[in-house]
Amino acid sequence: MSEHLLEVKGLKQYFPIKTGVFETTMLKAVDGVSFTIDKGETLGLVGESGCGKTTVGRSLLRLYTPTEGTVIYDGQVVSDKNIQGFRKEMQVVFQDPYSSLNPRMTVADIVGEPLDIHKLYDGKKEREDKINRLLTLVGLNSDHSRRYAHEFSGGQRQRIGIARALAVDPKFIVCDEPVSALDVSIQAQIINTFEELQQKLGLAYLFIAHDLHVVHHMSRRISVMYLGKIVETALSDDIISHPMHPYTQSLISAIPIPDPKLARARKRIVLEGEVPSPMNIPEGCSFRTRCRYATEICKTQEPQLRELAPGHEVSCWNPQGL
Amino acid sequence: MDEHILQVKNLHTSFKTESGLVKAVNGVNFNLDRGKVLGIVGESGSGKSVTAYSILRILDHPGEITDGEIFFRGEDVVKYSEKKINSFRGSKVSIIFQDPMTSLNPVYTIENQLIEAVCLHTSRNKHEAKERALEMLELVGVNEPKKRLKQYPYQLSGGMRQRVMIAMALACEPDILIADEPTTALDVTIQAQILELMLELKDRLGMSIIMITHDLGVIAEMCDEIIVLYAGRVCERGSAEEIFYNPRHEYTKGLLRSLPKITAKKEALIPIAGSPIDLLNLPDGCAFASRCDKAMKICLEQQPEELVINENHLASCWMNVRKAYEAQKGEQV
Ligand SMILES: Nc1ncnc2c1ncn2[C@@H]1O[C@H](COP(=O)(O)OP(=O)(O)O)[C@@H](O)[C@H]1O
Ligand SMILES: Nc1ncnc2c1ncn2[C@@H]1O[C@H](COP(=O)(O)OP(=O)(O)O)[C@@H](O)[C@H]1O
Ligand SMILES: [Mg+2]
Ligand SMILES: [Mg+2]
Repeated sequence: MSEHLLEVKGLKQYFPIKTGVFETTMLKAVDGVSFTIDKGETLGLVGESGCGKTTVGRSLLRLYTPTEGTVIYDGQVVSDKNIQGFRKEMQVVFQDPYSSLNPRMTVADIVGEPLDIHKLYDGKKEREDKINRLLTLVGLNSDHSRRYAHEFSGGQRQRIGIARALAVDPKFIVCDEPVSALDVSIQAQIINTFEELQQKLGLAYLFIAHDLHVVHHMSRRISVMYLGKIVETALSDDIISHPMHPYTQSLISAIPIPDPKLARARKRIVLEGEVPSPMNIPEGCSFRTRCRYATEICKTQEPQLRELAPGHEVSCWNPQGL
Repeated sequence: MDEHILQVKNLHTSFKTESGLVKAVNGVNFNLDRGKVLGIVGESGSGKSVTAYSILRILDHPGEITDGEIFFRGEDVVKYSEKKINSFRGSKVSIIFQDPMTSLNPVYTIENQLIEAVCLHTSRNKHEAKERALEMLELVGVNEPKKRLKQYPYQLSGGMRQRVMIAMALACEPDILIADEPTTALDVTIQAQILELMLELKDRLGMSIIMITHDLGVIAEMCDEIIVLYAGRVCERGSAEEIFYNPRHEYTKGLLRSLPKITAKKEALIPIAGSPIDLLNLPDGCAFASRCDKAMKICLEQQPEELVINENHLASCWMNVRKAYEAQKGEQV
């Protein structure tokens, strides 16, 4: 049957927002998202702030109960009832190493907590051994284990967060902007750590970030989100060199390139205006209000993802560069 | 000869804190030319903002300029009287910050704030200032400017607020605009709009820009000249082409190597080892030496002097001295 480690089908996550005394409007944070991730693979998820990346991660991990849709992990449908059984398989690493770690806990306790919860050791000695092995795995050492998280730099804190996620020996990790708060010199250390761990442990990642340089580097495939929907998915080299969705095109043309000659030579597709509110998503194609190729059909009919080249899916009535 | 509108010479700024003297800026030198964009790049804590605040003399309390000069049109800003520095801040040099909400007042309309900025720094009366406010919003490409004038900051998006900030900063027609991470909080498509706007306004109004950012991409897009800061010292400075294609400080080389690039083939990144510098305990030698894989004995002992690499490039790294020495020896053999 399914070869995929993870399969997400038609995932929707709506939040009711009070807009008046008796009125609520649905904020459609994620509005019908589907993708697959294979064992040991990295899928990158990019898009501008508020497009729903974090919500996709939280919703598929069932930190929220999805409004609609199916998540299949290793051939089994994940539900509110059986999610506890998957908690060991699926983990998450957050962006902010400062706020996601309890400053009053020692490193040993932070990394040991999931071991305690899932009772993954036999006696004090084994617990300590496991913690030290995890710290070594992420480039820290046992000397660090008695210190508090606030005594560490941003990069080191992110390593602690990764060690904690790895404690339960997961197969899949949602990485939500895990290097966005770090300086480039430190960012590269953490990116390499993620890659080494993937090779060593066969981990699969959903790698969420807004920096396309980073996502391209990390991912085999990339999905681009706009207003709660995936508008394009392709191999990461293809999406950079041959973006077909007009939104992806402008997103890529806006990335600052750290090379003065290339930066000055390239043509920008500057997007007009700003992203509409997810409480008032345009009918038809949600990008049409900012799209320079929009036609009549875009106003009334919502495009679906179609495979327009091998492994390259686009949801657009007027795809470019075919 | 280019005309330097601003010359910073041997600037030292430190903070007397309870845990000791934080030496944030330690001998920074650079020149800003008329109509040019100068980029200041470095990791967090390298002294970028403190350099900018020193120029405007808006340092937070325990901060103090302890040495150096800042020449604006031949006059030393460090020696300016209170009165003179106030008019300098408003009408000669403006600053925009990463978070526009720190400089916009939440309880006043955009119009009131713009009018106040115009009246404070120019000789326009209230009525003229009102017209100018609308003009400024149009200039920075705010959509529906008449409606926006009546709105409050919280009613605007992040990109829109940054445009309003730029409008306020430019209301007094400054000679120099200092932009401290102006697009760091914005999405790339909005960042692209704002950067484009800044370059266009620079040409239209004939100002100079000091662009402060940690993002080498933004630097490459925007800047004519670049200075690379590490631990409050200038590692190297020069034209954008020199810094990117001929880096001559091991820190700059390390930065460029550690950057993932969509324009290059995927290869393992080469990170800079070690962790960030502790400004309370600056070493005697090169501040980067403890993280530098090329470090020699002298690097640990003595601060490198700034060496002329060519007419567009200066660098403070002992490796250049070694190279020069070896080249000379090679010739003699
Ligand atoms: N718990 C929540 N309640 C209400 N709205 C939310 C909640 N979480 C996220 N949102 C909204 O959903 C949209 C998507 O948010 P998010 O997934 O955080 O985007 P991203 O991670 O891409 O920046 C945003 O408009 C956000 O304000
Ligand atoms: N008000 C302050 N009190 C003490 N130290 C400060 C203060 N402001 C800045 N510093 C220190 O000065 C150094 C340089 O800071 P800054 O110029 O803000 O760095 P950046 O390059 O990130 O802009 C930092 O180490 C910071 O801790
Ligand atoms: Mg997010
Ligand atoms: Mg700063």
